[in-house]
Amino acid sequence: MYSQGLIGAGSENKETPEFLAAFQARIDADEKIEPNDQMPAAYRKTLIRQIGQHAHSEIVGMLPEGNWITRAPTLRRKAALLAKVQDEGGHGLYLYSAAETLGVSRKEMTEELISGRAKYSSIFNYPTQTWADIGAIGWLVDGAAIMNQVPLCRCSYGPYARAMIRVCKEESFHQRQGYEIILTLAEGSEAQKDMAQDALNRWWWPSLMMFGPPDGESPNSDQSTLWKIKRFTNDELRQKFVDATVPQALRLGLSLPDEALKWNETQERYDYGEIDWDEFWNVVKGHGPLNKERVAARKKAWDEGAWVRDAAMAHAKKVSQLNITPIAAE
Amino acid sequence: MVDEEEIPLWEVFIRPRNGLAHRHCGSLHATDSKMALQAARDVYTRRGEGLSVWVIPSVQISASDPQDREEMFDPSDDKVYRHPNFYNIPDDVGHM
Repeated sequence: MYSQGLIGAGSENKETPEFLAAFQARIDADEKIEPNDQMPAAYRKTLIRQIGQHAHSEIVGMLPEGNWITRAPTLRRKAALLAKVQDEGGHGLYLYSAAETLGVSRKEMTEELISGRAKYSSIFNYPTQTWADIGAIGWLVDGAAIMNQVPLCRCSYGPYARAMIRVCKEESFHQRQGYEIILTLAEGSEAQKDMAQDALNRWWWPSLMMFGPPDGESPNSDQSTLWKIKRFTNDELRQKFVDATVPQALRLGLSLPDEALKWNETQERYDYGEIDWDEFWNVVKGHGPLNKERVAARKKAWDEGAWVRDAAMAHAKKVSQLNITPIAAE
Repeated sequence: MVDEEEIPLWEVFIRPRNGLAHRHCGSLHATDSKMALQAARDVYTRRGEGLSVWVIPSVQISASDPQDREEMFDPSDDKVYRHPNFYNIPDDVGHM
């Protein structure tokens, strides 16, 4: 929202110590910050970056799964996958709309994505090689996303928190449909079981990387925690995910591709092996298996849709000149 | 796309069921009201969230500035006589 004129993005708040202290006091009192409120420029900038990246992730996330819609093994699976991919598109739109309340335009965000400047979750730069990958994505990637997103429902910025509530409600079907796919394969023929195991082997580590760099190497963490944008550290969320997911893998009769993984009796959690952070940074910096293809696919879709946007704008202008009134509300 | 015009922003309001008021739920881009209604249906009501949708161009909304909060809303705080418990009614009158 809202009335764009009021968004303070262009106006300079005088960020005196009193102003910053008063803002922090609102955060500490668990007050929500709303679009037209005064806020430190860095708070606005952090949110624009984070919500924008989150939105891009949802949009790019449609690509690896969209890859299998035409090849889903049954009509039931196909309908569910279509609905899931449509949801991801919807999630991207809720998030773009939340980011726009901070004064960034949709056009700027789109431009950033299709020019390759924007970051998005690096997991989507991995290929979906078999049908089992669709199961692994729903179960692991959406599972990891839920771990990240549930605490964001309490984020200090109102529009982001509200978007997250909608997203989380919808994600739980995503994870269940993924687990059901893997479960069906795991209980199937030897070849199907191998396919499920292979998918788990390839998606496990990238899923753990979704929580971001280890605590201490995460540049934006401390300030985001202070501002209650972030409620848990990367490592805390990663641990929660491991603890929730390992028993689900065991239930499938599959093994996790980590020899160091074992239950820690005293800490009551699973210890896991070293994550290959070189691989993570490599993909983040644009050298993952499909970074170029993903951005190219978004650019192609945008460019090929240009005539539709132009035609719709031209039509709207023509109709408004003819003075045709739209249907009135009630 | 640099010279492409930005497609207008619309605010979306949904009535979850009859008996409740329409409630703001987010925004979207559309070139006209027909497209905005269809997009609102697709984006905001995929799981039976609504029975009625309103869309309005965001530029048409006039909003109060949160910085004017005090002069806008504080005057209502000192009018305690607007509240029922300002008035003394003996207990034996019963519930009123």
